[in-house]
Order: sequence, then C-alpha cells, then structure tokens
Amino acid sequence: MTTLLEVENLSRSFGGLIAVKDVSFSLRAGRITALIGPNGAGKTTCFNLVAGALKPTSGRVLLEGRQIDNSPPEAVCRMGIARTFQIVRPMREMSVLENAMIGAFSWTRNVSEARSKAYESLESVGLAAKAHARTDQLTLPDRKMLETAKALSTRPKLLLLDEVMAGLRPTEAAGIVGVLQKLAEGGLTILLVEHVMRIVMEVASRVVVLHHGAKIAEGPPGEVVADPKVLESYLGAGFHA
Amino acid sequence: MLANPYVISLMTIVLLFTFLGQSWNLMLGIGGQLSIGHALFVGLGAYSVGVLYVKYGISPWVGLLTGMILAGSVGASIAWLSFRFEVRGIYFALLTIAAAEFARIMFSGWEFVGAMQGLFFPAPTGGIEISMLRGDARFYYFVALALAALGIIGTEFISRSYLGYVWRAMRDDESAARALGVRTFQHKILVISISAATAAAGGGVLALVQGSIFPDSIMGMGLSVDVLIGPVVGGLGTTFGPLVGSLAAIPLNHLMSALGDSLRIPGLNNITYGVVLISVVWFLPDGIWPAIVRLCKAIQAPPTAWLWQSRKVEE
Repeated sequence: MTTLLEVENLSRSFGGLIAVKDVSFSLRAGRITALIGPNGAGKTTCFNLVAGALKPTSGRVLLEGRQIDNSPPEAVCRMGIARTFQIVRPMREMSVLENAMIGAFSWTRNVSEARSKAYESLESVGLAAKAHARTDQLTLPDRKMLETAKALSTRPKLLLLDEVMAGLRPTEAAGIVGVLQKLAEGGLTILLVEHVMRIVMEVASRVVVLHHGAKIAEGPPGEVVADPKVLESYLGAGFHA
Repeated sequence: MLANPYVISLMTIVLLFTFLGQSWNLMLGIGGQLSIGHALFVGLGAYSVGVLYVKYGISPWVGLLTGMILAGSVGASIAWLSFRFEVRGIYFALLTIAAAEFARIMFSGWEFVGAMQGLFFPAPTGGIEISMLRGDARFYYFVALALAALGIIGTEFISRSYLGYVWRAMRDDESAARALGVRTFQHKILVISISAATAAAGGGVLALVQGSIFPDSIMGMGLSVDVLIGPVVGGLGTTFGPLVGSLAAIPLNHLMSALGDSLRIPGLNNITYGVVLISVVWFLPDGIWPAIVRLCKAIQAPPTAWLWQSRKVEE
C-alpha cells in the first residue's frame, strides 16, 4: 500500500488562536479517509492547508514525497489535488457542462477535449443528463455533485471533499456515498471532511479525529467510535460507555 | 445614407467606439477586471501614431503596432504591480484612473508631443493611401467598420476558446477558479494587456479620424467614460453589446448636443447620458442586447416561458 499524501506536524495559528496544532497523518492511495471532529476542531483549516489555500505556520505537506505547502492553490491543483468548497460555488452564468469544463483547462487548451472530459466527470457523479441545465436549476445534492465533477475534471490523484453531505437528507447522502465508493474503486484517493458520523462510518476506511486543533485519534472507523476520547470530544465528559 | 457626410462621420465614431467598447468589455465583461482609465491606453495608441507620423513621417501602421506593444506593456505592468500587492476590484479600478490622469498630466506638459497645444496631422490630400492609412471620411468609415468587425469576431473567438472559459470562471469566483488550477495572476495580466493593446489600436485610428490629438480629450476621464458607455448600455460581457450600446448612445449624445445648442441648454447631452445610464441600470440591468435576445426568444416561445424568464432576470 503506497502513501499518497503525508501531513507532518502541521500547525497553523491565526493571531493568538491555534487552529491546527501539530497534526500528522498520511493518506493511502485508493482509499477514502475521513477527517472528523466537532465544530471548531480545525477540520476546515487542516483541509485548506492541504489544498494550498492557507500556508502552515509550521510543519509540512508532502504529495508523493514532494513538498507542496509552499505552493499556491492553482499549483497544488496542477500537482494533482482537487478540492470542493463547503459552500457550493457554481459559476452562475455558465451551464453545468461549462462549469465542469474549467478544471480540464488545467491540463489541456483544447475546448473539445475539455468538453469530453467534463461529460465524463458529470457521468461519474450521475449528472450527465443535466449537462445543459443552468446551475441555478440544480437541487442542492446535484450542486454538491457538480462541485465534485468540477474537481474531477482536473484529473486529480487526491480529491478533497469539504462537507459534501452537509445539509442533505439520508437518501440523498446515500446516493453520494455510492458515487464516492465507485470513484475510490477506480483508484482515486479521497479525503472527506465530514460532520455526519453515520456516513463516515459507512464510507471511510480510515478516520482521523481532530479536537481543539489536535489529533486525538486515528484508525478504522469501528475502533475510533469506541475510543473514549472521541466520545468525550463529541458528547462531553461523563458519556463513557 | 452613406452619401451624407455627417452620417458617415457619426457612424465612423460609433464603429470606433464599438471597437474600443469591445476591448473594455473583454476586460470587465469576460475577465472581470474593471478599468475606468481606458483613456490611458487609447491615448498611448493615439500618441504613438501621432508622434511617429507627424514628427518622423513614419507610417501609421508602424504607429499602431508600436502603440499596441506600448499600451500592452503598460497595461501588463500596471496589472502586475497591482495584483502583486493584492490591489484588486474597485481599488484596481481607482488605480487605472490614477494612471490615466498621471499620463494625461505628463503629456500635457511634454513639449515634444505638443503639450497642451496637441499634435496635428497634415490635412488629407484627398487620395487614399492604404500604406499610410490616409484617406477621406468614407475611407475611415470602412477602416472603422473593419475594426469593429474584427473586434466582434475576435471577442467571439476568444470567448469560445479556452481563454474565454477560464476568464469567465475567474470573473465569477477567483478563489474557486484557482482551486480548479486556473493561474489567475497570469490570466489577469494577460486579459488586461490584450485589452490595453486593442484599445491602443482603436486610439490610433481615432487620432487619424479626428486629425488632431489633445491630451485632455484623448486621455481625459471623459474618454474613459465614453469607452464604457457602449458595453454598459448594450450588455456587459456580450459579443454584440458594445455595438448595440454605441449605436444607441453616441447618436443620442450628438443629437442632444445639437438640441442643447439650439435650445441654449448647455450640457443637455451629459444630462441625457446620465438619464440613459440610470434607466438602463434600472430597467435593463444586463443591457439592451440581452433584452433583445430575450424578446426574440419570447416571441417564439409561449407566453408562460416569457413570464418565467422575466422573473428569472429579476432574481
């Protein structure tokens, strides 16, 4: 099992606030890993550090052994890490297909090549039938999947998903779980930042738990939920099983 | 209609401002970068043609090329400096005004380029000389027509190329575009320098048409506003917006100017400009051209579709 991404002693502070404190973990190729934790645990900061949207105060991020934490987001994307945004950000005046094409221009300048890649991306998330719709005609789960399709068009090695299932009904989330599992079977490595525990259990093969910016547990989902420290962070002290 | 010299000269101006509007439109409508100092680039183009031709007798073709290179580099430098230090959006727009005013004042005091007295092209001899880009009013009408057509075709071409997609993505959401691998820093510089270079080409021809160059008119705020009226009225980011907008705004301005003179109401044209701009922003916020497109679609489609579409627009 090869390691795709390594996060080494990553820290980030905003003024006096330490959002991420000495966090280390690694992602294995072709697996789905989830980054979880209660509100304010530093999940999104950690995610932005990996995506290049924020620079770490200390520590390193390595993709296939190459240090990437000094690179701007567009360079990180071109090295093979694509991300989605927690708040979905479709380009308003473009169709679904055109939105999905943008990512492809990170590796081609050929419009028809980008278009066929965009179709492929939309197909893999089940949006191909709505390729010519306007983005404001999409439902919330469809918009979340469009975000994923946009990221897939960049041909990533690693896909970072920021709360793709937040605000969805269980049936809608189940559809997305199916899509993610299929992508992982196809060899894509996925890092999920997620709030909904039940879904994480179902889809992730490994879970990293953050609390107050620090890593408090890591391992297969079954083990992690039984960890008293994790229970305490989510539910407060006094809920030990 | 083309026999009337007034109509010819008016249409020449309309077409030239279509082209200039197109260059501005490329920058804001597609690239998302606002310039309120486009007169700087127009002026650089005009002076390049003027100085080389009037002082040294060098063909305006060379002047146009020089102006485009000069304005493109100046545009790129302003953009580089600005974005390097994270000056963007409305602050970048203010910087473009400052740069244009700086250039205007510099050229106003620069004796070599005629300072406040300006530069005058020799009177036309009557014959048409393509190599020197000299001819009568009708000749310039066709030059302006060719330029406007080139501008429309060029915009459409860029719009459909990968640049168009990448620039629109950058315009709509810069950080989302960067996350998808768009090198927005380079692309912003590129769109601004292309826009500046095309504005300079338009400025060079404008100088030839007018036969003279004065810093206050070719590099003044008034010209920067004239450049953006067409695309704003016609439809920002659309291929035909600048043409439709210029066709609507410039003849109206001339008409009101004449009417103001005969009624002795000074500034009537500027008041009308203001009223037209406010009306367009109020009633047709995305411009005349998109409204025409909607109307055409509505005539073919059932009335319910029209209602739905107009509601969408209000959102």
